[in-house]
Formats: sequence, structure tokens, C-alpha cells
Amino acid sequence: MLDKIIAKAKKCRAFEVSTYNQIVNKNIKIPVYLSAGQEMISSTISTYCEKLEIKPLIFGQHRGHSIYLNFGGDPIKLIDELLGLKTGCAKGMGGSASIHCPEINMFGHDGLMGSNIPIGVGACFASKKPTIVFAGDAAAEEDYALAAYGWAATKNIPILFVIEDNNLSILTDKKTRRSWDIDNVSRSMGIESFNITDDPEEILNSIQNYKLDKPRLLNINTNRLFWHSGAGKDGDPKDLLKNQDISNDLEYFEELWKSRLGKL
Amino acid sequence: MEITLRETIKHTVANHLNNGFLAFGQCLTAVGWVGGTLPEMYEDQGMIELSMADVAGGAFVVGAGLMQRKPIYVIRYQGFNWYNSVSIINYACKSKELWDKPCPIFIRSIAMEGSIGPVAGSSHHSLYYRMPGVKIYSPMTSNEYKQCYNDFMNSDDVFYVSEHRGSYSNDKELEDIVFFNPDCILFPISITRFAAVEASKILLEQHGIKVSVYHQKILKPYQLNPQALHYLSKCNLGIVIDDDYEDGIASNIAHKLMINSNSKVFAMGLKNKSAGFANHLDNLPPSSVEICSFIKRILKNKRKV
Repeated sequence: MLDKIIAKAKKCRAFEVSTYNQIVNKNIKIPVYLSAGQEMISSTISTYCEKLEIKPLIFGQHRGHSIYLNFGGDPIKLIDELLGLKTGCAKGMGGSASIHCPEINMFGHDGLMGSNIPIGVGACFASKKPTIVFAGDAAAEEDYALAAYGWAATKNIPILFVIEDNNLSILTDKKTRRSWDIDNVSRSMGIESFNITDDPEEILNSIQNYKLDKPRLLNINTNRLFWHSGAGKDGDPKDLLKNQDISNDLEYFEELWKSRLGKL
Repeated sequence: MEITLRETIKHTVANHLNNGFLAFGQCLTAVGWVGGTLPEMYEDQGMIELSMADVAGGAFVVGAGLMQRKPIYVIRYQGFNWYNSVSIINYACKSKELWDKPCPIFIRSIAMEGSIGPVAGSSHHSLYYRMPGVKIYSPMTSNEYKQCYNDFMNSDDVFYVSEHRGSYSNDKELEDIVFFNPDCILFPISITRFAAVEASKILLEQHGIKVSVYHQKILKPYQLNPQALHYLSKCNLGIVIDDDYEDGIASNIAHKLMINSNSKVFAMGLKNKSAGFANHLDNLPPSSVEICSFIKRILKNKRKV
């Protein structure tokens, strides 16, 4: 399983690097939120879901390219989305931040940080389908997000909250914003909660024997490689893919970009 | 005896749940069952008690809408929409246009007045009005409510249904009052429709002033009534009356009527101040007496001119 997780993560990294290159070359005209550095999280969770043969409802927000790709989204449709084309996964309306894809049960995001958390809870409650919500550490501390963990616990619904915690909201660190940890809060509400790193083995340990049949929260410490549109990097990230060769995947995506740009 | 609006709403909700759809709200099963407008049903039958987290509660309902459970969302006081509406307006109302994913929700938003302070009092349908992707109805009779619900069930849109507790005991339909040569035309919304009818009656009986009344039931999308426009352009005086602040739907509809009839149309609604709890500090919708005074004053000035 680990090989598959890393292979998927490498593909995502290659996609993001190729997208970064398009930003630098000014081929993309909209704000782009890259998920490079965080790929291991969704690659691990999605691979685990495949093993369980579960196709969950997915509620992500910005920085969700890897979520989309890892759960089976078509990279061509994502490229088209970033180019604002009607053939994009959200017909050009969603852009980078609001990826929507019915084929993989991924629901678009409206731009209010963390709104996907209570909306995902409501969808899970109403459908009783396994649901995964991805959010950053800033979105996860929204007041309505906290209320959503509480209601998910009260109703004991099959939902997994995945907090991609890079310790930053733009550039404001966590300790400046709050004196508490999400996993402690959700644990106090009765949700099984874990505070771990994005090492895939650690993630797998935290969901071992978990069938996505009740609420669980993973606060996963990670790093993002690029800021919003690649203007800078987060400190000195512990890059789990640093020693991986992504050249083949990168070449593939560079060609894909070239062919889509050629159609403009 | 005709059925009251209260009973109609109660039956509507019961049928909705019996058909496998959901209703959400806070304190639904408490004493009174929201003014007697809810059937005595519980979570296993689809009546879902939310926590008291208003902002999140609205978003839970949006999630249920995305799953096509056609949720009815009961908001006990319209002013609570300042919290409850966030995800409805920003997600549910946009979802169809953005992602081709309808998120139908039937918002039962309930107004009332009288010593209930600055937030709970009156209607707040104007909160939703400026945003795309929402339909706004304000039914005050049983047939209007049935029509509203049927329209919802035949569509995949978000419906904001501006109710008023003052209408729940109403068991009569409200017909437009049409004069062929009116002195003034009223376009009342929500609970002010009853006051407008009363004002029309008083002015005719006591002063011989002919005041037509065109009831405003669907506020968005707003359909201009060709007959009303015709008479409006003849009498050159109209008033849109609302249970919300003047600087909202009332002014907007007045503007639409003015540019389409080339007539003078005023807006009357809540005064531009916060309501206090004490009687003398309250902010109530225009009463029949106030409407009569306003019309007489304008007609007097008009005749002077």
C-alpha cells in the first residue's frame, strides 16, 4: 500500500510543480492554491478508502488539487478548470479554490473558510454516506466548524475530519491565534482524535481498523511548499517527497499543459 | 369553516416528512410546536432538532439540501437569519449556478412583532433579496402557502418563505381590491396586507378615497402586474408597504414600479431605528391608521400642487 501511496503523491507533486511553472509563465490568470507538500495526506486517505472499497462524499476547499487527483479526478479537467474553460471540472466557475467533481463525489467550496465542515456534516447526516472533510488548521478553528464537530459527535455520523495543519493562516502561526489544539477539542466532544505527522505510516496507523462508520478527526501536521500563488515557501519544510524522482510524471504533466494551452 | 393558515402549514410539514423529506430547526418539539405549525413528529420521522449553533445549523441544512432531501428549515424569528443565512446564501443559493448542483431548501422564516426587541422583531426578507439564486415568497393565506410549497416541490431552488405569526389564524383568502379610477394604489407585503385592506376600507367609507390593493405574494423574482401598472400610471400614486425596513425590498419594488409606470411610488416599512422592548420604543410595521394618515397627507399635498 505504501508504494501506491507514494506513487500517487509523486503524481500530485508533479502536477503541482507543472502548475507552478504555468503560474510563473503567466499562463494562468486566476489565483491558484497549490497543495504541494501536503500530497501524502490525501494519497494515504484515498488509498485506504480504495482498500475499503468506499467512495466517500468529499468536502474540500482551496489547496485541494491533490485531494481531487488522489481520489480519481481527471487532471485534464483540472487543467481546463485552471484555464477557466467550460471543459473544466467545474466548468471554469470554480477555479483552483472550488473544485467540484460529481464523478468522484467531490463537492465545490464557496470560499468561506471552513464552511465545508458543517456542510459536510449536514450532507453526511442526511445521506448517512461515509464522508471526508478536508480543511486547513485555520479553517478548522472557525466557530461553525467547532459546532460541526459537536453535532457530528452527537449524531454519531460516519465522517472523517482531516485537518491539514501547516501551523499557518497565511503567515500567522497557530500560537498567535489560539492556545488550544483541535484534536483536544474534538476529543472532548467524544470524537476519536489524533494529532500526527503526514508520514503515511503514521496516518495509516491512525485509521487502522477504522471503517469510516463514525466520527473521527485527524490533525495532521504538514507543510505547504508554496504560498498562495507560489510567491514563497513555508520556512524549512520537511518535504517527504524531496528524494523522490518525479521527472517522468513531471514530463507527462508538462506535455499535458502544453496540449491544453495549445487548444486556447 | 375554512382551514387556518396554521393548520395548512402543519399539514404541509407533516406530508413533507411522511414523503421522506426532512425538517430542521431549533427547539421544534418544545411547548407550542412553533406556534402550532408543526406536527408532533420526531427525529426518526424526519423532524431534526439542531443544536443551538445557528451558523453551523444553517450549514447542516445546506448539506441536507445537497443530498436532495428537500429540507424545510424552520427559523423561529426572522432576525436570526443574521446567523442562520450564511451558508444558505453563500452556498445553497449559488450551488446550482456554480456547480450545476441544486441545493433546494424551504426556509420557513417566521416574523412577529411587539416587545420582542431589536433582533427578533419583524421581517428580514430583504437580507436575502440582494443575492442571486433565491426565490422569496410571503404567503399569508392557506392557498398561497399551498401554491408556494407546490412551486418549491416542482423546482430545485432555494425558497425563502417569509411567514408572519400574525397570519397563522387567518382562514380567509385575500383578494386584490381593484378600483378603475383609484386615488392611490397599495402594494403591501406580509402582515401589512391586512392593514392595507383595512386602510382601503376606512378611507373609502370615511373619506370617499378609493385605494386599490395589490397583494405582494412573490417578492423575488418580482413580476410586474400589467393591470396594476396601468392604473398606477393613471393615478400616479402608489405605496409599497413592508414589515421589513423601508430601505430594502419595499424601496426596490417601489423603484421597479416607478420606472415602469412613470409614477410616484413611496415605500413604507419599519422606521430607520432599532426596536426597543418597551412599547413606546418599539418599531412596528405601518398600521392601518398610519397608512390612512400617510395617504391623506400625500393626497392633500398632491391636490395643493
